[in-house]
Amino acid sequence: MALKTEPVMINFGPQHPSTHGVFRMRITFDGEVIVDLEPVFGYLHRGIEKLAESKTYTQVIPYTDRLDYLASMSNNFAYVMAVEKLADIEVPERAQYLRVIMAELMRIASHLIAVGAFFNDLGAFFTPFMYMFREREKILDLFEMVCGQRLTYNYMRIGGVSHDIPEEFLPALRRFIDEMPGFIEEYDWLLAENEIVLARTKGVGVLPPEKAINASASGPMLRASGVKWDIRKADPYSVYDRFDFAIPVGTMGDAYDRYWVRIQEITQSTHIVKQAIEQLPVGEIRTKVPTMLRPPKGEAYAHIESPRGELGFYLVSDNSPYPYRFKVRAPSLINLTVLRDLCVGWKLADAIAILGSIDIVLAEVDR
Amino acid sequence: MTKPLSPSEVARQIGEHIPDAVTDSNESAVYVKGEALFEVARLLKENLDLDYLATITAVDFLEHFELIYHLTSITKNHSVILKTRCEKGEKGEKVPSVVSLWQGADLQERDIFDLMGIAFTGHPNLKRIFLWDGYKGHPLRKDWSKNGAQD
Repeated sequence: MALKTEPVMINFGPQHPSTHGVFRMRITFDGEVIVDLEPVFGYLHRGIEKLAESKTYTQVIPYTDRLDYLASMSNNFAYVMAVEKLADIEVPERAQYLRVIMAELMRIASHLIAVGAFFNDLGAFFTPFMYMFREREKILDLFEMVCGQRLTYNYMRIGGVSHDIPEEFLPALRRFIDEMPGFIEEYDWLLAENEIVLARTKGVGVLPPEKAINASASGPMLRASGVKWDIRKADPYSVYDRFDFAIPVGTMGDAYDRYWVRIQEITQSTHIVKQAIEQLPVGEIRTKVPTMLRPPKGEAYAHIESPRGELGFYLVSDNSPYPYRFKVRAPSLINLTVLRDLCVGWKLADAIAILGSIDIVLAEVDR
Repeated sequence: MTKPLSPSEVARQIGEHIPDAVTDSNESAVYVKGEALFEVARLLKENLDLDYLATITAVDFLEHFELIYHLTSITKNHSVILKTRCEKGEKGEKVPSVVSLWQGADLQERDIFDLMGIAFTGHPNLKRIFLWDGYKGHPLRKDWSKNGAQD
C-alpha cells in the first residue's frame, strides 16, 4: 500500500548561520526532497540607491563599502571608475597599480571567507574557517597599514586613492605573496580530496553553462560551469591588460567546481599582485578633483570583476553635485536567480551546500 | 575588449525585420518603442548572439521613465545598450517582460517593480522583492517623499 504523503513547508532563516546573513528561504518538501524553494529578500534593505541621490559623488564612496562588506575595495573601485568615466577624469599610473593590488588582495581575502564559510556549511565546523582566517588577517593588516581600516576601507578616491603606501607595506606584502602558495597547498592537502567533501559536493547543484549564461550568473559561479568569461580579460579595465594570468574554469558546474575555481583564483591573484609590485611606477597618487564635483549631463556604466561576479555601477548625472540616479548591478542578487532550480530535487543539507557554494553577501543582495 | 556595436547599424538591422520599432539611436544606445521591446530583444538575442543580459536599469526622468538594457554576447564579446521609454500615468508604467528570453531578468525586473513601480507584463512572479506586500509607493521615484512613508 502506498503511503499518502503531503508536502511540508519549512521556513529557513532569516536568522540562521547557514544563510550568511539575514536571508530567508521558504522550502517545500516532499518527504526529505525539496520540491519548491522561494527565496525571500529584503531583511537588510537600507535603500542605498535612494540614499546616494542625496549625497555628493565623494560622499557616496563610504556607502559603497557597505554593499559587499567582504570586498569593500572592489566596490570602491567600481564606483570611482563609474564616476571617472562620467566626468572624464584621468587617473595617475601609480594609483591604477595600487588599485589593482588592493582589488586582488581583496579577492584573495573574500575567496578565503567564501571557501571557509562553505566548509562551515558542510559541517566542518570552524576548523577550515580558522585556517582561512589566519591568512585573511594578514591581508587586513596590510589594508590597515594603507588606510587605517580593516573592513570598510573607503580607500579609493575619485581620481586616485586616498593615501600612498607606507614604507613597511611592500616588504610585508612580498612576504605574504611568497608564503601564500604554501598555505594553498595546505588547504588542498586538507580539503581538495577529502572524502566527505567530495561526497557532499561532487555533482551537487549542477549548473549547465547555457543556463548559467541565460540566468546572468557571473564570477566564479559562471566560470565553474565552464564559461571562460572574466571581465578582467574580456573587457580589461584599469591596467589589467598588462598582467599575465589565467582564467580557471570548472568542468561540471557543481558545488565542488565553484569551490575549486575560487582556490585557483587565489593563486592567479597572487600572480597579478606579484607582477603589479614589479611594475609599480613612482609618481602622483591622485588627480585633483573639486570637492563638489559636477560631472557633465550624461550617464555612465562601469563594471569590474568583483570576487562575486560582475559588479557594475550605473550613474546618471544632471550636472548637479549629487548623482541623479545611482544603480548597483549586484552580482550576489543576480546569482541567486537560479537558486530554486539548483536546489529542487536535493535534500535540505544539500540546499545549504548549494547556497554556500554560490557565496552571497546579504548587504549586497538587499542593498 | 568588449566591442560596443554601432547603434545606428543595430537600428538598421532591427528596422529590416521590425519596421517602426526603433525611435532613435545616438552614439551609445538604440531607443525602441515599449510595445516592440520583446520582439526587438528576441531579434537581438537570435541574430546578434546577445546571450547575456548584464543588467536592467530604470531611471525616473520626471516626465517619463527610461529603461536601460545592457546586453552582451559572451561568445562574440560585443555589446549593445537598448533603451526604451515608459510613459507615466494610468495607461503607462508597464513594459513587456524579457524573462522568457533571459532568466537573469527575473529578480532584476522584480527589483524595478518594487522600487520604481514599473510593471512587467508577462513576468511569471511579479511581486515586491525588498519591501513588504502592502507597502504603498515606490522609493526610487523622484516624487516619493520620506514623510509619506510608512514605518
